[in-house]
Amino acid sequence: MVTSTAPGLWKIIVEGLTLVYSDGRESLRNVSLSIPAHAISVIFGPAGGGKSTLLRSFNRLNDLTDVTRQEGHIWLDGSDILDPTTDVIALRRRVGMVFARPVVLPMTVRQNLTYGLELAGQRDRAALDAAVETSLTAAALWDEVRDRLDAPATSLSGGQQQRLCLARVLALEPEVILLDEPTSGLDPISTEKVEASLQDLKASYTIVLVPHSVQQAARMADMAAFMLEGELVEVGRGRRLFVRPKDKRTEDYVEGRFG
Amino acid sequence: MQLESAQIANVRKARRKWIQIIGFGVLGAATALTVLPILAIVVDIFSKGWSAFSVTFLTSFPSDGMRAGGILPALVGTLWLTLGTAVAAVPVGLGAAIYLAEYAPDNAWTRTIRVAIINLAGIPSVVYGLFGLGLFVLFLRFGTSILAGSLTLAIMTLPVIISTAEEALRAVPHSFRVVSVSLGGTRWQTVRRIVLPQALPGILTGVILGLERAAGETAPILFTAAAFFLPRLPTSPLDATMALPYHLFVISTQVPGMPLRIQYGTAAVLLLFVLGMNLIATAIRSRARARRQW
Repeated sequence: MVTSTAPGLWKIIVEGLTLVYSDGRESLRNVSLSIPAHAISVIFGPAGGGKSTLLRSFNRLNDLTDVTRQEGHIWLDGSDILDPTTDVIALRRRVGMVFARPVVLPMTVRQNLTYGLELAGQRDRAALDAAVETSLTAAALWDEVRDRLDAPATSLSGGQQQRLCLARVLALEPEVILLDEPTSGLDPISTEKVEASLQDLKASYTIVLVPHSVQQAARMADMAAFMLEGELVEVGRGRRLFVRPKDKRTEDYVEGRFG
Repeated sequence: MQLESAQIANVRKARRKWIQIIGFGVLGAATALTVLPILAIVVDIFSKGWSAFSVTFLTSFPSDGMRAGGILPALVGTLWLTLGTAVAAVPVGLGAAIYLAEYAPDNAWTRTIRVAIINLAGIPSVVYGLFGLGLFVLFLRFGTSILAGSLTLAIMTLPVIISTAEEALRAVPHSFRVVSVSLGGTRWQTVRRIVLPQALPGILTGVILGLERAAGETAPILFTAAAFFLPRLPTSPLDATMALPYHLFVISTQVPGMPLRIQYGTAAVLLLFVLGMNLIATAIRSRARARRQW
């Protein structure tokens, strides 16, 4: 698959995004944000600030939830993914997602990896096998599971399952990888492995990460955005938000005064 | 003072112990009361009907005004009726369950449908029988036939199949659906490749339990399918047929001088048929539970 990269720096441009759930839950208010290609963008802030909602807008996963109002645009390589004519199935193959809890599908390790490709119509055995090895290698899991590809995915440890979820997304060769607190349930060693994989992957992918702590945000960010109660408070390159925040609210949160 | 409080504590301890014993006793007795009748029925029927059991009993026609011979046409009739019920009820019931669990929005309309299904389960079986008589036998001119009986039994079985299948589908974790969709799956791909296989054991259990009830019912087939006596096996879906439950009713109440062991033997076969289905359902369920990965 040939992946087209955005001409220039930005892969995703969010423009005035407002979103309200029908039960009045967490929403977004006029969020504008640009996500650079081939970098790790971190969206952080206290719970209920709209981070997950924003993330789930990037692959239209909010379609599964009752949304009453949605305004604004999300440009992915120049086309608006919120446009009703967008092919959401194709979009989700371009924009993959790893969730907070590792949810492996009730099948073997191999089947978890080939699932998305098979849905897309890939039947060629050799291509599927190649995708299994490539994606597992990229997620730093190949050496651990190469002999257990036909074992149930649930037989893996929690950390391995989460890396399998990452590999499952990589197998589809997406352009963007969304990660919603991917290490929140993992031990420090597994967390380190996932973080290292992400650092390796950013050369080829656009990565958007909702970290599970401010420390992780600071460790991983090439760009950081602080969100509070559905609003984007402050955006900065690299570690700027963590060392020289401009907004008082960012400063308070980063220094641990709330949240 | 101290002695007194120690004594009080001892008395309380003893009382607690007795309340425990009485409590367990009452609950145990209640459990025994539910098991005893089932055991009594099974033991009674098999002990009195055992002597009627033989290959010829299962493979020959009744003779001597049903006072001798076997139950072949009734057994075959019940098999056909059960099969016909399955063919009619499973696709419709499963389809409805998939729609309700996976596609239907939660609004007044679908809530009404659910209430209707629940109420359908509460309708007395004789009413289904009369409904089948009116619709299938008379209006659609199927006559008294396996077809009319199967369709009537199918309508009666539908609520059981729909409810259990919907429950089995809903028991599959929502996160599987989200993951499947996030990997580029359509709703139908998600249902077919993830949800349905995971729910299948539960669905099968419900189907078997529904069919089991259909196999043992008398009232719905009374006016729609069942014949008092037929000297031949049915050859088409439009033939009337003998059936085990109705045959049992007939030889128990309508035939003077009926030998007891044939009555009990027939009851035993019907019981075995139904308990056998139950056993299969239980086996499927426990096998699936052991294999389940969530």
